[in-house]
Amino acid sequence: MSAAALLEVDNLSVEFATERGPLRAVSRVSLSVGASHALGIVGESGSGKTILSRAILQLLPRRARVSGSVRFDGCQLFLLPREALRRLRGREIAVVFQDPMTSLNPVLTVGGQIAEALREHMGFSLQKALSRAVELLAEVGIPEPERRARQYPHQLSGGMRQRVAIAIALSCEPRLLIADEPTTSLDVTIQAQILDLLARERRARSMAIVLITHDLAIVAGRTDEVAVMYAGCIVERAQTRILFKHTRSPYTEALMAAIPKLHSPAHTRLAAIAGAPPDPTRLMPGCPFEPRCRYARELCRSEAPKLAGAAEGHQFACWFPLAAQVPASA
Amino acid sequence: MAGSGSAQLRPEPMLLSVQHLVVEYSAGADRVRAVSDVSFDLRRGETLGLVGESGCGKSTLARAVLQLSRPTSGKVVFNGVDLTRETGERLRRLRRRAQLIFQDPIASLNPRRRIGDIVAEALVIAGVSDRNERDKRVCEVLRAVGLDPGLVTGRRPHEFSGGQCQRISIARALVLEPELIICDEPVSALDVSIRAQILNLLEDMKARYGLTLIFIAHDLAVVKAVSDRVAVMYLGKLCEIGPTEQVFDAPTHPYTSLLLEAIPRPDPDAKLVEGVTAGEPPSPMAPPSGCRFRTRCQLAQARCATEEPTMREFRKGQFVACHFAM
Repeated sequence: MSAAALLEVDNLSVEFATERGPLRAVSRVSLSVGASHALGIVGESGSGKTILSRAILQLLPRRARVSGSVRFDGCQLFLLPREALRRLRGREIAVVFQDPMTSLNPVLTVGGQIAEALREHMGFSLQKALSRAVELLAEVGIPEPERRARQYPHQLSGGMRQRVAIAIALSCEPRLLIADEPTTSLDVTIQAQILDLLARERRARSMAIVLITHDLAIVAGRTDEVAVMYAGCIVERAQTRILFKHTRSPYTEALMAAIPKLHSPAHTRLAAIAGAPPDPTRLMPGCPFEPRCRYARELCRSEAPKLAGAAEGHQFACWFPLAAQVPASA
Repeated sequence: MAGSGSAQLRPEPMLLSVQHLVVEYSAGADRVRAVSDVSFDLRRGETLGLVGESGCGKSTLARAVLQLSRPTSGKVVFNGVDLTRETGERLRRLRRRAQLIFQDPIASLNPRRRIGDIVAEALVIAGVSDRNERDKRVCEVLRAVGLDPGLVTGRRPHEFSGGQCQRISIARALVLEPELIICDEPVSALDVSIRAQILNLLEDMKARYGLTLIFIAHDLAVVKAVSDRVAVMYLGKLCEIGPTEQVFDAPTHPYTSLLLEAIPRPDPDAKLVEGVTAGEPPSPMAPPSGCRFRTRCQLAQARCATEEPTMREFRKGQFVACHFAM
């Protein structure tokens, strides 16, 4: 990536000790996000995308064994003292989680929660923090912000709650926002509004975003680059348009084919991916997608392919990648 | 609509005919109309997709059709019998012909029971007293949904993934060989790769058992993949109903268009138009007067606040409740 990456993750692995032996949730992941860039991380449940984001923020339980390095603005996060890390989180790097009902404090008014962040990180007075909270609610598109600021999370709809979570995340003008499935529990119409809001705020604040989702359609128009994860590994990574138009990984291809398309005729049979993702405590030596891959050969069973590069930063982990297509005239 | 009326009901005999169905709940001193004068019908072998945002009454409608919560008024005519007038043993007997599959496949299976017993339970209740006969039918139906009876019958739900649990739920729904299955968001909790497997399975089971389906989902692309007709609900009322391809290619109700535009496209070149979906649905406790959709509708005019639109045929087989349908 660019020399001046804001976030640089290098060779990050996360393991948990379980009764059935070590569980490798994230396996040698490297990625970087440039300032004001949007990276999409796409994967199914259990692919390690959420664990990866928690590892970046060091929000994992102590029993997690993390190796590798994470640099934010050149600073090694894993070497940072707790206090410095605490100042960084929320201030420089903010997070929006999937379920705003559980990430918001049920016994604090929403205005109070936004003000809390502002007082903690920005040193605002209570008065100033509360009035800034109302402004922020208005900025994220909440009608009647003064009244809403005095309400509790349960008095708001799911979409409103997610707007509040975004207002908290944006309150301290972070340089990086990690959004982990921010719209998964919302209706399509509200989802579109929240994604629009994130895109608008990113532009307005020149903020970088890591958008984590299981839905390829969500990252299609809203990210600069996409990394696809499977069984803890990045299997393909490319500029968004290249990933969609010149897919090289069989898993990415299968994932795209499995999505029902609006333009297909009714009762079109879907290209399901047979089987299920591998048990992360029993990873085999070969490629993790091999048992489900239609192109698998002998080599795929014995040895795992490494993520390797092609032109324009396009990387994929596959012994027998899909044919590179001749770029269309466009 | 979102409006009322029953112009969309077809004249010939149907497997299921829901007429002017109303479901009200008490909420403190207030009454909430979760389903408000909804009519539709289903031909044998047909799949009706039912879409709408959360809180629009889709699940309440499904439960009221099966009399799991009793409708306040209206009729549910199933195989020529009005279920709303039936009670007790007679209703239970009729209901065996109609089954329900839920969204959360793990929560809808009793965690303390073995898969074999979960699937066989309906047979026990239906009075199949011969154990061998029950085992035979359980094995048959498990095989039909792609599970190996030898490997699964002795195990409990927590030992299975979400996709496998949904297969078990489907087997449980099929074991009494029902005519109608209502699937309430059956794939919403599943990953993309598993979702396609379950959708294909439902299509296969429909063909194999000659099923009629009501398929409830908020994902319109999923609904399109399986439905012959689609009905769009908003705040307890139907907006539009018609043949799937027709409704998707040429939606007539502004709400249907809004839903379609809101779907993210898996295409990096698709043009993103921001701000197509302003606002949120109003509370069903205090629905807007006239057309319930008017507060979010770009076409709304004064008439929409005073006069509730009724269902009318806009194109052949495609019915809409909107004064200014496009």
